[in-house]
Amino acid sequence: MSTLDKSDVEKIAFLARLGIDEQDIPEYATNLTNILDLVAQLDSADTEEVMPMAHPLDGVQRLRLDEVTETNDRENLMAYAPEVEAGLFLVPRVVE
Amino acid sequence: MHNKTIAELIVGLKAGDFSSVELTQTYLERINSLDQQLNSFITVTPEIALQQAQQADKQRAAGNVELLNGIPLAQKDIFCTKDVKTSCGSKMLDPFISPYNATTIEKFNSTGAVMLGKTNMDEFAMGSSNETSWYGPVKNPWALEAVPGGSSGGSAAAVAARLTPAATGTDTGGSIRQPASFCGITGLKPTYGRVSRYGMIAFASSLDQAGTLSRTAEDAALMLNVMAGLDRRDSTSVDQPVPDYTASLNDSLEGLKIGLPKEYFSEGLDDSVAKVIEDAVKEYEKEGAVISEISLPNSQLAVPTYYIIAPSECSSNLSRMDGVRFGHRCDNPEDLNDLYIRSRGEGFGPEVKRRILVGTYALSEGFYDAYYVKAQKTRRLISNDFKAAFENVDVIMGPAAPSTAFNIGELTDDPITMYLSDIYTIAVNLAGLPGMSIPAGFVNNRPVGLQLIGRHFDEAKLLNIAHSFQKNTDWHSRGPELFS
Repeated sequence: MSTLDKSDVEKIAFLARLGIDEQDIPEYATNLTNILDLVAQLDSADTEEVMPMAHPLDGVQRLRLDEVTETNDRENLMAYAPEVEAGLFLVPRVVE
Repeated sequence: MHNKTIAELIVGLKAGDFSSVELTQTYLERINSLDQQLNSFITVTPEIALQQAQQADKQRAAGNVELLNGIPLAQKDIFCTKDVKTSCGSKMLDPFISPYNATTIEKFNSTGAVMLGKTNMDEFAMGSSNETSWYGPVKNPWALEAVPGGSSGGSAAAVAARLTPAATGTDTGGSIRQPASFCGITGLKPTYGRVSRYGMIAFASSLDQAGTLSRTAEDAALMLNVMAGLDRRDSTSVDQPVPDYTASLNDSLEGLKIGLPKEYFSEGLDDSVAKVIEDAVKEYEKEGAVISEISLPNSQLAVPTYYIIAPSECSSNLSRMDGVRFGHRCDNPEDLNDLYIRSRGEGFGPEVKRRILVGTYALSEGFYDAYYVKAQKTRRLISNDFKAAFENVDVIMGPAAPSTAFNIGELTDDPITMYLSDIYTIAVNLAGLPGMSIPAGFVNNRPVGLQLIGRHFDEAKLLNIAHSFQKNTDWHSRGPELFS
């Protein structure tokens, strides 16, 4: 059984780049611990000889020829972006 | 007009009893006057609807009558609709106007359907009660204090209240079948890959599947005729022939082998719901079906397996929501990390955050094998159970949910209790099978749904089985009094 504490939650939240309010952290820690408890039921299943199932029909990736099929639709696709300039998405300065 | 099914509306339009414009206006007026009580729509699109209806009437006059010519429908707000807000029930995508149409939307447009609007849903389809929507909960038209189920709660409530003849939904762990059960309508989740996921905002890519919420199985067949088929734009859509799903609706059920999994009738199932389901199954005996008890021995693994697979895939899928290219962005970010962290922190609600955290943890270094790979293995055990069962039976039946609709706020304190309301539906997604919920009766004036589970690509058989029940019972034709 895994118990997650405040620092675990903070670490996971940073990995996910997910802001969570300081006051909500204990509740997330409890929720996550409970979910991991639920998931711990899987330990009872013997899966030694079982192949992992990634796709419900055991399908494989369909391939196609490497040719251009989509048209360049940049303006349309950028129309609702939070901040754009000259066909580029703007973010805060990354390199000083 | 508003009490008619799609099949009846097709006849009425053909006979000239009413035009698509008149029909569309009727529904728009009902939405306008009644939806304040339900909150089933996030966006109503009257201009688009009337323009499409006029076009449909013109086409009809010119003799070009497509499959769904002039039929109004509502679309779950998870399907991208060009130039229309596509929010997925989230503040994150509240500013998002889609630059393109989902394949499903394109297909409805090209067969003459009319879009009334976009329906409310749990945020990013994560929820079983429609209470996680940023746009507020949806009410159940049978009892306004109750939830409609989720995540396709807006679609289910709108269909049950006759605000639309039918609607689309999506089902990752029960999100079509459980709300269909709670709202007393017919819900169909097709086989994984049967309907294109292109333009359908991804939650858990190996589980998500689009389907229908309608009054009858016949209407579901009419819609699936439009929706099903290979789409080169979705690499997981399947290249399998699409039959005419209406052609076999009236086939005989003589000798049909029905399996009742004993695990679906055990602890946790409400007694009065069990009674309704048992009575419904008896109807099939009259039709010549043979009923036997079966076992799906790994059923208890379904919920824990799902709560690794779905959050893991969601944490990956939702990483695209980063405040850079579309959707919500925080004010005055200090640096790039601050931009990501605050945009996502402000844009996502608590249930979505919980699942992103669980998924991120399960996929993180050192835990991947113990959680994700382990869950993929138990997933195969669950799938193998169904494979073995289908060697002896043609269809599996049981409840769609362990209870009738619970009240708003009743299960919000404990996420795990909420997760368990999908206990009978989740395994079907893990195995990629088609499933339905059809109205089977009531407990204290709240509807109960009978779940049907079929073999891969056996939608036509499921629809046949559902239609047969609907010819012999009238549960599906009952509507909530408040919205008569």
